[in-house]
Amino acid sequence: MGQEYRLLTKNLVKPDYTSDIECYLKHSGYEVLKKALSLKPSQTADGKVVSPQEQLRQEVTVSGLRGRGGAGFSCGVKWSFVKHGANKTVYLICNADESEPGTFKDRVIIHKDPHQLLEGMIIACYANNVHLAYIYIRGEMMDGARILQKAINEAKGKGFLGKNILGSGYDLEIYIHRGAGAYICGEETGLIESLEGKRPYPRIKPPYFPAVLGLYQCPTIVNNVETLTTVKHIIEMGGSTYAKLGTPNNTGTRLVCLSGQIMKPGLYEIEVGKVTIRDLIFDEAFGCGLRQGRKIKAIIPGGASAKVFRADEQVSVKRKKMDGTVETVEYDVLDLPYDFDTIAAAGSMSGSGAIIVLDDSADVIEALANIADFYAHESCGQCTPCREGSLWMSKILHRFSEGKGRKKDADLLLKIADNIGGGKTICAFGDACAFPVQSFVSKFKDEFINKANF
Amino acid sequence: METITVKIDGQVVEVPATMPDPITGKPAPTTMMQACNLANIIVPHYCFHEKLPIAGNCRMCLVQYGTPVMGPDRKPILNPDKTPKIAKAPRPVVACSTPISPGMEIYTNTPEVRKMRQAVLEFLLINHPLDCPICDQAGECKLQEYTFDYGSPVSEFIETKVHKPKQALLGPRVIYDAERCILCTRCIRFTRDIVGDDALGIVNRGSYSAISTFHGRQFDNNYTLNTVDICPVGALTTRDFRFRMRVWFLKETRTVCTSCAMGCNILIGSRNNIIYRFTPRENDAVNSCWLCDFGRLNYKWINRKDRISTVFSKTENGVCEEVDWQTAIEKIAGYLKNVKPGTSAIIASARLSNEELWLLSKLKKLIGAMSDSVPRFDKADNFLLKSDRNPNTNGAILTGICSERIGENLQNIKNKIEQGELKTLIVFGEDVVKVGITPQILSKLDMLVVSDILPNATTPLANYLLPGCAAAEKSGTFTNINLRVQKFNKAIEPPGKARPEYEFLSELLVLMTDEKSGYTAKEIFDKMTAGIVGFNRMNWSKLGDTGISVEKANQ
Repeated sequence: MGQEYRLLTKNLVKPDYTSDIECYLKHSGYEVLKKALSLKPSQTADGKVVSPQEQLRQEVTVSGLRGRGGAGFSCGVKWSFVKHGANKTVYLICNADESEPGTFKDRVIIHKDPHQLLEGMIIACYANNVHLAYIYIRGEMMDGARILQKAINEAKGKGFLGKNILGSGYDLEIYIHRGAGAYICGEETGLIESLEGKRPYPRIKPPYFPAVLGLYQCPTIVNNVETLTTVKHIIEMGGSTYAKLGTPNNTGTRLVCLSGQIMKPGLYEIEVGKVTIRDLIFDEAFGCGLRQGRKIKAIIPGGASAKVFRADEQVSVKRKKMDGTVETVEYDVLDLPYDFDTIAAAGSMSGSGAIIVLDDSADVIEALANIADFYAHESCGQCTPCREGSLWMSKILHRFSEGKGRKKDADLLLKIADNIGGGKTICAFGDACAFPVQSFVSKFKDEFINKANF
Repeated sequence: METITVKIDGQVVEVPATMPDPITGKPAPTTMMQACNLANIIVPHYCFHEKLPIAGNCRMCLVQYGTPVMGPDRKPILNPDKTPKIAKAPRPVVACSTPISPGMEIYTNTPEVRKMRQAVLEFLLINHPLDCPICDQAGECKLQEYTFDYGSPVSEFIETKVHKPKQALLGPRVIYDAERCILCTRCIRFTRDIVGDDALGIVNRGSYSAISTFHGRQFDNNYTLNTVDICPVGALTTRDFRFRMRVWFLKETRTVCTSCAMGCNILIGSRNNIIYRFTPRENDAVNSCWLCDFGRLNYKWINRKDRISTVFSKTENGVCEEVDWQTAIEKIAGYLKNVKPGTSAIIASARLSNEELWLLSKLKKLIGAMSDSVPRFDKADNFLLKSDRNPNTNGAILTGICSERIGENLQNIKNKIEQGELKTLIVFGEDVVKVGITPQILSKLDMLVVSDILPNATTPLANYLLPGCAAAEKSGTFTNINLRVQKFNKAIEPPGKARPEYEFLSELLVLMTDEKSGYTAKEIFDKMTAGIVGFNRMNWSKLGDTGISVEKANQ
């Protein structure tokens, strides 16, 4: 039996809570920033001086925070890739290009509690010696951009942003940049290209790792909205306290976007790994189950690009025990704890934290055609396999849903998807468009064969 | 030089650790593709071009690789047979952009790699119109070549193809077929990074992507046709060459462009004595692998119908009659033998070869003539096209036909003819009327010998008119603006009785002096180099296909 744990969403669910700075200040807003800016250099036992910035970075590393954008990469490690003291400007970009189908968590933070994001972002910038930061916001989120701009203006008016923040001598400017409506702008190097005014073609890695050659060829940190917002709470409670939330290596809380054929879709905050998929879908605290008389058929556990689970699937998950040995645990898919590592070990990913539920009234082929259509439309077209393959898969699936499917199309779809995914493309979009097809077709192959008319 | 040893398909290869970046020239880590090229192992590719920045978008060069497993002491862990233990990477990488590291093993020919190539080709072809029979690129198309090598024999695509713009004019000289385009972006990178004209970009996205100019702009810089050369498929074609000849019928002749002093290395494509196109030929000391549109399209005059193709002589009563070469040369030799020093002049074009100019300079000494060339200057661009539009001004200077200030003697020659001091004028390849030596002035001469290719205001006035050759019709050498001596070669036969100037100049000199200078460009060149300071230590065979610079030969 799971329950919500509200950390980021603690205030914004209150009925009288607004995005106004006065409201934020009433809820002890910007107090953590004051704390962070007043940190003094400390000394370790062996006499090494640790700068306030380094102390903040250590807190984030200790917290075990993993990126909330989709890849789940350690935030502390990401920050550690940036070389300080070189003659290059360090940039920080807040990735607010939330576009993964099924995901709506960043938008809620931006709309309801923009100052919380700003505070986390300012602390993150201070910790990484950043003096110029950008919020790259998805083009369609016009209201979000307006709300954020208002929040930035307010924060500047109160001295939380701009020159000499709170008398600390630290300067920071944050600019909002609106995208023009392309999913690929959420890919961090595509985002950087777009921010530089070019087509958002993802860059080749190596050599263009953002931490080394990012925005304007300078070291750049790209963090998700939720990640940066969480930084505020980590500094507030201390990294080790934060790390006690959730489960080992899957620390803290996470926003989960529940959608699909369930009674109570919406945004929920959980301790990572403390709640199972079954809880999230059926528990009264969360999704409240399916519509009457429906049975659960499939779950997409981490946004449309994550591999689908059949609801009746049994998965065996290898996991590391505390003593370092590996054990294999058998799970009903629904009983998988919702975290990073278990979902990955079960063959999918928790991605952006978006769970999409399909009940037995759903046509998986149409569902997949819809997903494939999205990826064909959003493929940037830079590299061959994804550019041509994504549209090909979409065309086959649409033909299928029009009743012109062939028995051999299932295998053809798998072949195409295998030829796109697995590191054959410049960016992870190739995998993102291959995963759904690979998983839907292989797990529901009987439906593809039965529905084929030729 | 620091080197790195890698193993490619089992072959141990030692390559430089860095190689110059194609744009900046600064050392950059050597890539797998470069290492494979050095080892003569072909990795198929579309978007990679060694003179352009890396794009990595075609995915044709995907390879597998492994790196040595390192122990805690940072030394490679060894297998029982003492070879280093290799950890094979789980995912493929593109050879074009991935740097090599010591001990790396690169696998370019595994079943997995071949499957990836087949997959890329399948993706490239599903929306391709497959119109090879009417495509100009057929025969030199990388889609055809790699499909032949790695492609699948069957098509599994039964959907409707994506339709995109066809026969779109990107500019005055380049036509674009978006359906054939594989979006490798070579053209975009070339014009942006090599020419500095950011004229092309991609519009739309996904499978609907297409190359385009910016709205209302033309792709019209002086280098647009290079994009047609580097386009690996039939997407970009030239309006000039389009539908004129199947490329496999073309004979290719290695030669140099004569449209300016740069001397860009080119291939002439010809068939049945007709020139169909010029394409650039790689020479890093001169033109890399580029050619300007001006030079490339400046060949049509060679096939003109009004070429001078017979030997004419003017009888005493002023009637032009056709004579044979032997008669003409003998008569001219007989006349020139009796010319008094200081009464003659030679005006020789700086479009003639070094050998021809040298023979003319020998004649000059023999008859005590003054001489000069005609300057030909126009606007230069900031890349290959030079303001000096003569291909061999330096040759004319080195052979002593003109001074560093080319053309400074022309006024003098004109005045002396007017004053009756000069009675004989020999003109090779220039219209002297254009430089102010009017027909009226020329009428004061006793003897006017003219050799040219096309009729002009001077040719009808000649006592002897000798039909010469275009550079494409003979062999020889030019000395370019940077004093590089380069060979040009005969691609087609000259029209009618026209002959290379060096041939009949040699015959003339033999008749006058008994001294043999040779009758082929090679013989003359080898004789010439001994006598001219700048050219010594050169010989014809040392020139190779890309030439030698004068300074270098002197070292």
